[in-house]
Amino acid sequence: MAKEHKRPDGRKFDELRKMIAKVGVVPNADGSAMFAFGDTVAIAAVYGPRQLHPQHMQDPSTGILRCNYDLLSFSVYDRKKPGPSRRSQEISKVTEWALLPAVDLSAFPNTVVDVQIYILQADAGTRTAGINAASMALAHAGIPMKDLVCSVALGKNDQQLIVDLTKEEEDYHEGEGATDFAIAKLANHDEWTLMQMDGKIQPERVKELLELANKVCAEICTVQTKALKSVVETGDEK
Amino acid sequence: MSSMDTSNLTKETLKRMFAEGKRFDGRGLTDYRNLSIEYGVSKKAEGSARVRFGNSDVVVGVKLQTGEPYPDSLNKGNLMVSGDLLPLASPRYESGPPGFNAIELPRLVDRAVRESGMIDFEKLCIKEGELVWTVIIDVYPINDDGNMIDASTIGAIAALQSTLMPELDESGKINYEKKTKNKLPLSQETLPLSFSFFKLGDSIILDPTREEEEACDTRITFGASKWNGQLMLNSCQKKGDLPLTQAEIEKIMQIIPVKFEEINKKLKKFL
Repeated sequence: MAKEHKRPDGRKFDELRKMIAKVGVVPNADGSAMFAFGDTVAIAAVYGPRQLHPQHMQDPSTGILRCNYDLLSFSVYDRKKPGPSRRSQEISKVTEWALLPAVDLSAFPNTVVDVQIYILQADAGTRTAGINAASMALAHAGIPMKDLVCSVALGKNDQQLIVDLTKEEEDYHEGEGATDFAIAKLANHDEWTLMQMDGKIQPERVKELLELANKVCAEICTVQTKALKSVVETGDEK
Repeated sequence: MSSMDTSNLTKETLKRMFAEGKRFDGRGLTDYRNLSIEYGVSKKAEGSARVRFGNSDVVVGVKLQTGEPYPDSLNKGNLMVSGDLLPLASPRYESGPPGFNAIELPRLVDRAVRESGMIDFEKLCIKEGELVWTVIIDVYPINDDGNMIDASTIGAIAALQSTLMPELDESGKINYEKKTKNKLPLSQETLPLSFSFFKLGDSIILDPTREEEEACDTRITFGASKWNGQLMLNSCQKKGDLPLTQAEIEKIMQIIPVKFEEINKKLKKFL
């Protein structure tokens, strides 16, 4: 390492922001959750399995998963125009792929499970917070799952690998600049379900990055599991 | 025939063949088809190129416009990548609002080009805070026989390299009919390329035909370029229902540097 790299908020290179996870935040939904990495706050609600319309989209062999991700207009400094953008459509789709390997909808033919994810406040890492919330919401809805999905943005400022970048760290310009590498994986399986990256990173350093991802995903899983268990133990309605 | 979905028979056959390291057209799993580049698709564009990978064929054009800079980059020009999957190019493409693939393709080209630092945006500033150049890259597949993303990225860099700036009068108005001899401010070192890996069963292949691409379950695309003498990954996006393992990702990391050199060597002839 060239020189000691200090993170703006004083975190260690492998330290996540403070995580908050809550289950059951949308009583109308079949399952719901919120997940926060510091100032990035996501809520997710799951509706279904329910009958899928239009009918021609129905699959008689399995239920399908349909995700929708978006920022609320006031979640960012420059107001985001309401309605889907190319960015939000892309993130909705990669979120769907990130979650799919964890769920099994074969018992619900012709149905859809809708996952609605919205960002209340954005400070980088919104898709990853959204996936963490959605994974909990799916579990909360009682959807058959083989594992939880854990997601985090790793990356690099100059030559220093870091986890859970803030907006300020995403905008780092010195040396090799900023790399933002969002991943999702099943908590207890070697199955990587989201990989999205922008920046500059040497191919040979990706291995190091994946090892770091394994370590912090275990921490995320602990927080998710604790929130899910607390709902069961207090006997709250679902 | 041309509009049928991949049959289970094709998929199973390909899975078996890939596991034995074979392909229908006799290539190895990471071998590319013949690559060719032509320039000058449209004289009206500031730059343009046509790239072929076997039967895959894509045209890319560059147009330049002037306008106000974005408030967060007052001294920098802008880049915009767009395009469309025309129903001309494949029985799979349909008219109407863009589907996911039509949204994703230009976004992936955009990120591979932008993040590589190939374009020096500060040199595209005409008057700070008032007037800057916007580089608009448009990508149109002419015949989709697979691997459109990698072909489009090569098309974009070729079109950018062939771009000549149009004349600008004193009031800042562009005269498109008069091209100067000035090229875009491009780095000579960083040629961004993209590499889309496709997975079927436990096999990973490069440069699939349409038939192979549709049989595969998962795709992961990396943008890569040279920066200060080092090979850097600049962008990445995974697509598809099925996951990758850590070992697979690590294997891909070993293939990229080899293929980067190989494609670069092939491109030298054309660029």
